[in-house]
Amino acid sequence: MEYSERLENTAVLGAAGKMGSGIVSLVSQEMADLSLKPENRSKTFVLHAVDISHQALSGLVKYLREQVRKSAEKKIVSLRSAYADREDLVDNGEIIDAYVSRVLDIVRPTTLVAAAAEAHVIFEAAPESLDLKLKLFAGCAGVGSKAWVFTNTSSIPIHEIDEKAFLGGKIMGFHFYNPPAVQKLVELIRGKATLPEVAKFAETLAKSLRKTVVPSNDVAGFIGNGHFMRDMLHGISEAERLAKDMPFTGAVYSVNKVSQDFLVRPMGIFQLVDYVGLDVCQCILDVMDPRLPGKGLKSALIDRLLGQGVKGGQNHDGSQKDGFLKYEGNKIAGVWDPEGKRYVPLSEFQAECDKKLGPLPEPALPWKAAVKHPSKDKALADFFGKLDGMNTLAADLAKRYGSRSKEIGLGLVSDGVAASASDVNKVLLTGFFHAYGPVNEYFKEKVVR
Amino acid sequence: MITLRRKVYMTAGFNTVSMGSGRKEFHPKKPRPGLEDYIKEAGKGTLSKIGGARNVDEGVIGNFMAARFNNQGNLAALIPSIDEGLKWKPCTRVEGACCSGGLALASGIKSILAETAEVVLALGVEVQNTVKAVYGADILSTAGWRKDRKAGHAHYFPGKFSDRAGAYYAKHGRDKTRSAMARWYRNAIENARLCPTAQEHQNNQKDLDAMGMTEPNPRSFVEHLSVYDCSKVSDGASAIAIMSEEGLKRAGIAKSDAVEVVGFGQVEADLTVPPEDPTRLETTARAVEAALRSAGIRASDLGTVETHDCFTIAGVLATEAIGLAKPGEGPDFVLAGETSRAGKVPFNTTGGLVGWGHPTGATGVHQAVTLWEQLTGKAGSAQIKLSPERPYGLSINMGGDDKTVVAIVYRKAA
Repeated sequence: MEYSERLENTAVLGAAGKMGSGIVSLVSQEMADLSLKPENRSKTFVLHAVDISHQALSGLVKYLREQVRKSAEKKIVSLRSAYADREDLVDNGEIIDAYVSRVLDIVRPTTLVAAAAEAHVIFEAAPESLDLKLKLFAGCAGVGSKAWVFTNTSSIPIHEIDEKAFLGGKIMGFHFYNPPAVQKLVELIRGKATLPEVAKFAETLAKSLRKTVVPSNDVAGFIGNGHFMRDMLHGISEAERLAKDMPFTGAVYSVNKVSQDFLVRPMGIFQLVDYVGLDVCQCILDVMDPRLPGKGLKSALIDRLLGQGVKGGQNHDGSQKDGFLKYEGNKIAGVWDPEGKRYVPLSEFQAECDKKLGPLPEPALPWKAAVKHPSKDKALADFFGKLDGMNTLAADLAKRYGSRSKEIGLGLVSDGVAASASDVNKVLLTGFFHAYGPVNEYFKEKVVR
Repeated sequence: MITLRRKVYMTAGFNTVSMGSGRKEFHPKKPRPGLEDYIKEAGKGTLSKIGGARNVDEGVIGNFMAARFNNQGNLAALIPSIDEGLKWKPCTRVEGACCSGGLALASGIKSILAETAEVVLALGVEVQNTVKAVYGADILSTAGWRKDRKAGHAHYFPGKFSDRAGAYYAKHGRDKTRSAMARWYRNAIENARLCPTAQEHQNNQKDLDAMGMTEPNPRSFVEHLSVYDCSKVSDGASAIAIMSEEGLKRAGIAKSDAVEVVGFGQVEADLTVPPEDPTRLETTARAVEAALRSAGIRASDLGTVETHDCFTIAGVLATEAIGLAKPGEGPDFVLAGETSRAGKVPFNTTGGLVGWGHPTGATGVHQAVTLWEQLTGKAGSAQIKLSPERPYGLSINMGGDDKTVVAIVYRKAA
């Protein structure tokens, strides 16, 4: 069964979620593009979009209608060629409408997992729980099924899913980054028994979706979360250390600020944790910790905050929910105090913290300016060179942070998770929009504890 | 040949800002002024300089496609919304695609010549940012032959002028032509920076030559043009008063504040037939020839030109159509700096369509306003110095792919 034939019947499990809806959008458009080729005109392409509630699925359809339209507007030049023989479709507007209808005709929303049983390709984007995933596969894949499974897990080893769901090697890790429609990065993970033809299909699909592929070995957390979780735990331990000399809220604020402004990252570490969701981070740690014992991959603080109902994550409109930090629009307005069980407004401690932290190196190098900088490497070297010569609290925190991040990156290579330091850097540059990779010359390689 | 049986003047020009991407105050998702606001602003701007609506005999408005951009027809009836004093006066709306403004001027000139009016308020307007560019392309494509739309490019008119550019590259050399187009872009932006109403007024890009040389990307746009070779999507309106000698007296306008229309040419080509030679703007050449003949002057008498550079290649081709450069030598003329504000014949001194903006139906009137400003010394920072031996200004307004063209020759009134 060749590429296009296999894509004639697909399914996405968890289709209405944050990741699932993006995957539905990308895959259904790939299917629509194939269906427009002359040799495929007589074929019917179907994508079963499976999720638990009709309400969520209505939201998916609405999202698709908007997403596919935007994407069609962008690719109007190629769409006009694809529709060249449709005499009735003349204006761009008519062609775009026709394309949106075609994609929506392919997508069949359903709450029944069984619908996915006829699919040749199943994308799984359910929450990060092995039990849940196994339950889903029991209803549509495994023994007797022709389906190849591509799981969007960001942490669970592929070989474990393979063995426990009896998939016989018809599975591969296909880890999109959030949001899938925008993020270029895909981590591809082969399990021990993954069939070569499954891996080949995954590579072809990733290429066709114009994704940047980084292969990761089949170790819990892979490269992306392998770095992020440890980076997050470093941030938490730094905040806890600082909290001995200042209020906890000020410590969280300070570490968040240093990890953004002084490390030239797109957002601070606690804002990133909020963006991903504390619950998601906890799930990932719960997967990683037992599989990588003795590495301390757990956080009592995250467990505590979740116990207090502090979750983070995003609302349906993409706006940020409160987590470690409180948000007003996209701006940070306060920090959660687990003792007082309330958000303390920034105005109560920001000025004092900023004073303790000390100034940025001059000239400052905001992340946005760094990524657009025509000579980015030199600008970063200058900035971090100046930082190195500073003895402020912020400079100390930043240097410890940069060194730890580098240590994590090198650890991923020495532990055999990543094939090379450049793969680690590519994941952070592409998937996390960092301005520079963790394995760099800006920070010394030393163990920070 | 058109002979002017009595003197025709223009005065009291007014331009709104050309609004769209590039202007800092432009936000595609925020509410913006509508068609009626632009018409009012430009109309009131001119009325305030000619003693009010009571001095106006007639109104004419050029507009291309308000019916689709704004779901609005019957635009003549928006002229009385400018000022109650215009109510019950004869008004006309004219349409000739991007030459609608030029047709409004021609129509006003003819009313003066016909002695049916002594003062005509001429306006042009277009508000195009109501739809995304990809749908705007469909609306603008109606300036071409409908039966050619299906075979046309997604970006229909960029596609048409990309084809012209491609043909010109093949015939006269790509490198030289691309460089001249890049130079045209630089001149346009540099001139726009001197004019506060220009859409590119706030453009502070340092390396304009490099921007102009951006390689075309046929995957996302057209084969032979980059986006810098194109005028932008604009909202805007312009107004000017067209008057007889009697009209000037009535409105109390000194001759020194007016330009005289010394000749004009109006030419139509067949919409259903593609250009015979894509490397030439034949209709433009014919309109200019008629205008110069009507004025009794030669191309070498021109001191400044406002030409219809909807695309940089159209600007380069115009130098040949006017007769300032021989066929194939337009790029050399431009590269030698002859069309820059320091050159022999400064072109598009407030930025033209590429730099000032291209609110399609308003463009023809905007060109007249710019020439009125330059010839009467009202162009502010954009003012050029004209040589006394070459006191004439020429405007060329083109509709569609060189189909409807109005060319007008002006000089300072005396």
